[in-house]
Amino acid sequence: MTVSVAQVWQWLDEVPDPEIPVISVVDLGIVRDVKWDNETLELAVTPTYSGCPATRVIAMDIETALRDHGLSDIRIKTRISPPWTTDWLTESGRAKLEEYGIAPPSPAGGPEKCPQCGSGNLSKISQFGSTPCKAHWRCDDCLEPFDYFKCL
Amino acid sequence: MNNALFESLLRLGDNTLVIGHRVSEWCGVAPVLEEDIALANMALDLIGQTQMWLGLAADVEGEGRSADDLAMLRDVWDFRNVLLVEQPNGDFGQTIMRQYLFDQFHLLQLQHLTQSTEDRIAAIAQKAVKEVTYHVDRSRDTVVALGDGTEESNRRMQAALTKLWPYIGEMFAADAIDLEMATAGVIPDPASLRADYDAATRVVFADAVLTPPAGDFAHGGGKTGFRHSEHLGHLLTQMQWLQRAYPGARW
Repeated sequence: MTVSVAQVWQWLDEVPDPEIPVISVVDLGIVRDVKWDNETLELAVTPTYSGCPATRVIAMDIETALRDHGLSDIRIKTRISPPWTTDWLTESGRAKLEEYGIAPPSPAGGPEKCPQCGSGNLSKISQFGSTPCKAHWRCDDCLEPFDYFKCL
Repeated sequence: MNNALFESLLRLGDNTLVIGHRVSEWCGVAPVLEEDIALANMALDLIGQTQMWLGLAADVEGEGRSADDLAMLRDVWDFRNVLLVEQPNGDFGQTIMRQYLFDQFHLLQLQHLTQSTEDRIAAIAQKAVKEVTYHVDRSRDTVVALGDGTEESNRRMQAALTKLWPYIGEMFAADAIDLEMATAGVIPDPASLRADYDAATRVVFADAVLTPPAGDFAHGGGKTGFRHSEHLGHLLTQMQWLQRAYPGARW
């Protein structure tokens, strides 16, 4: 059985990020390459933050998902260069983050608007949040605290 | 094996390992929850960078050791970190001051390392420099906020600066290993980073209403492994005890 690379990408798009399960590993932009090397499916995965504990879980989740689809000969390589950037988040990924209550990264260095009420009246609580990729902000209109996906 | 390259990688990886461990000592006991989380996240970045540096060091050595072996099974005299990063946390102000003094150096060093003629070093630096840019933003702002804060916070930050001042010079002291690697374009000559460091820190100390002590005496012996301070041994007993008590233990 030969599975097309396009099919594999589709399957990968169903593998959720372990920390932010509304987006997939493809939305996150960390799967950089999928190709067949003879009988072996080879994937290149780029870590988000150097010390992110989710990185290992992600590799395991990807392998499990592909095995569930009947693939067994899988090689997952970690590729650190070029380094991951939030520019690699897909448009649909950004939309899903916002819907989930996490403000997507913005080049301005802070969230554009409150993911709850849309207000631009915001203040930073802390440069770091519940995971390495997030900072902690608050809306000064609806007063809800929220996570902001840091721009990297 | 290229010994100068191996030593240089140990210096990079041991700096991030030791300060990463020091910062992680705040986990669960920081003064406020946000700072606790911030410190833990920074420790995580630094330990992650350590895995890359020491992983590459182990590859270069070519004797079958891993990053974990280098981190957990070497003794004090094998460590090549600068003395600054092994100094105890002290109060929160001293931890933040130590972090800023290191972060500012670390950022300049990584910015140059992104241009390294050794591709694997350039790749790690390109990854790490993004994280460390963020670290400097935070430690610099916090030094200013505490220095230019209350009388008590200013007093503590001044005490921290005075205490840590003699540990700055070692980061810029070049030895034969540095010069060999710098000539090959692998790492920057540390001495060449000093002017930019002084320019950046001068502004921050002024904003923070802090007065740098007079004199430029510098302790040395950490990055060469000649003589670490007593504190490193105590740190290693904590960090390494599990692998020492149960060799080869795995999760």
